[in-house]
Amino acid sequence: MQLITAVVKPFQLDAVKDAVQALGVAGMTVTEVSGYGRQKGHVELYRGAEYSVEFVPKARVEVVVDDFDVDKVVDAVVAAARTGRIGDGKVWVTEVREVIRVRTGERGVDAL
Amino acid sequence: MTPGLAFFYGGMVRARSVLNMLMMSFATIGLVSVLWVLYGYSLAFGPDSFAGLIGNLDHVGLAGTLDAVTGPAHHQIPVLVFGAFQLMFAIITPALITGAIADRARFGAWLLFAGVWVTVVYFPVAHWVFDFDGGNGGWIGDRLGALDFAGGTAVHVNAGAAGLALALVLGKRHGWPKERFKPHNLPLVLLGAGLLWFGWFGFNAGSALAANGTAGTAFINTQVATGAAMLGWLLVERIRDGKATTLGAASGAVAGLVGITPACAALNPLMSVVLGVVCGAVCAMAVGLKYKLGFDDSLDVVGVHLVGGALGSLLIGLLATATVTGGPAGLLFGGGLALLGKQVVAVLAVGVYSFGLSWLIGKAVDKTIGFRLAPADEAAGIDGAEHAESGYDWGGLLSGRRGVPAASTSDTPAAVPAGKE
Repeated sequence: MQLITAVVKPFQLDAVKDAVQALGVAGMTVTEVSGYGRQKGHVELYRGAEYSVEFVPKARVEVVVDDFDVDKVVDAVVAAARTGRIGDGKVWVTEVREVIRVRTGERGVDAL
Repeated sequence: MTPGLAFFYGGMVRARSVLNMLMMSFATIGLVSVLWVLYGYSLAFGPDSFAGLIGNLDHVGLAGTLDAVTGPAHHQIPVLVFGAFQLMFAIITPALITGAIADRARFGAWLLFAGVWVTVVYFPVAHWVFDFDGGNGGWIGDRLGALDFAGGTAVHVNAGAAGLALALVLGKRHGWPKERFKPHNLPLVLLGAGLLWFGWFGFNAGSALAANGTAGTAFINTQVATGAAMLGWLLVERIRDGKATTLGAASGAVAGLVGITPACAALNPLMSVVLGVVCGAVCAMAVGLKYKLGFDDSLDVVGVHLVGGALGSLLIGLLATATVTGGPAGLLFGGGLALLGKQVVAVLAVGVYSFGLSWLIGKAVDKTIGFRLAPADEAAGIDGAEHAESGYDWGGLLSGRRGVPAASTSDTPAAVPAGKE
């Protein structure tokens, strides 16, 4: 099993959700986060004083999938999140050793 | 007006300081109201006791005012009405100062300062400027003949100079100017500025003490100068910074209100527009002074009130027209330098007196009970440290979990930390 983590523009969140759902993936976890990559923040002005706001609001999407599904889910997320402009985000994949469904105690792929 | 000021200032500080900012204004309303009845009205508007410098104690407790009337013949109003109206000026002037000491003044120390300050600075200066008694009243308004219709010197130069003094006495906030403190709620700032703008009509037009032509002149001048000042400020921002900001609109409006205050019954409406644009533009540039000169006037009391008040008072000396003032005219309208000279004297006298005494009172408060908040409390936020409250409860999952009533914790022994049993 693999954990797919995607940091995307909040504006693209619905598109990402729809794309992942269309592949039959059961659930996802979404968190509001902020950060920056190559995209810089923005400048705010208060009575002529400049504040540079470095951290840009983003949405972090987390999905655990069977190894077999990883590539197509990653491709779907990337395609849905892309606007072609700077700050579109990142997707990474990490190994997951075990998953347990709390309600039933099922383990592994059955718990997804 | 002062509750409007509270919100204007309250929105400009960080979320963790909003209550203290509101409280400094609100508590000042209570404090000055009481002092006004006790002796404030009497010191400001009692019969002059020495050379136009101070009233006397004839009206302690507002004695002798209940059935009396005041004002010019045929336009007389009850003294109590005048006294209540003037109380508004006495309240807002110290409240204006609080913008210079945001985030770092102990609340009790502020109240002590405010009580002493209105007693030895505001009440005498109000007497100088506002007490008319046929040449036997205050030395600036009644004897010298400097024009200040609704308080450019008595209110704004006075508060601005005091704000500068206190900013110097208290010192900079930790992290200033490297870490800047951005406003936490600009809609609140705009709400406060709007309430101020509305209240200012009473402040300026009301100073005619009658529903007459003078009140009408002050009314329209207040409106057009304020509008023009807002545009002036926004224009400076657009050129200098590339964007016209919301805080700039609110600040420009207040700068215009400040500037037109002394001049609203001395200028025609067209000249009021000129005054407004100049005040808005100059104040927009003046708020940057604190970074150049290195004093932490948190919310720009100096840049808006000292500069705006002085500018408005001095522009009377240039732009006043005889048809409006009913006598003296400014330099550009054939009045020569006489009026301008008087305006300079008035601004300097009030500014120097207020700065000097405010610095001394501030230092005295600091040396005795301490004016400045402890550094740890300042870092954690003044609202919790001084008022045990927070302005906003964001309702997060973990909020409000401490401070459970003792009775309910005793029912759950498992929650008692080990070692306390």
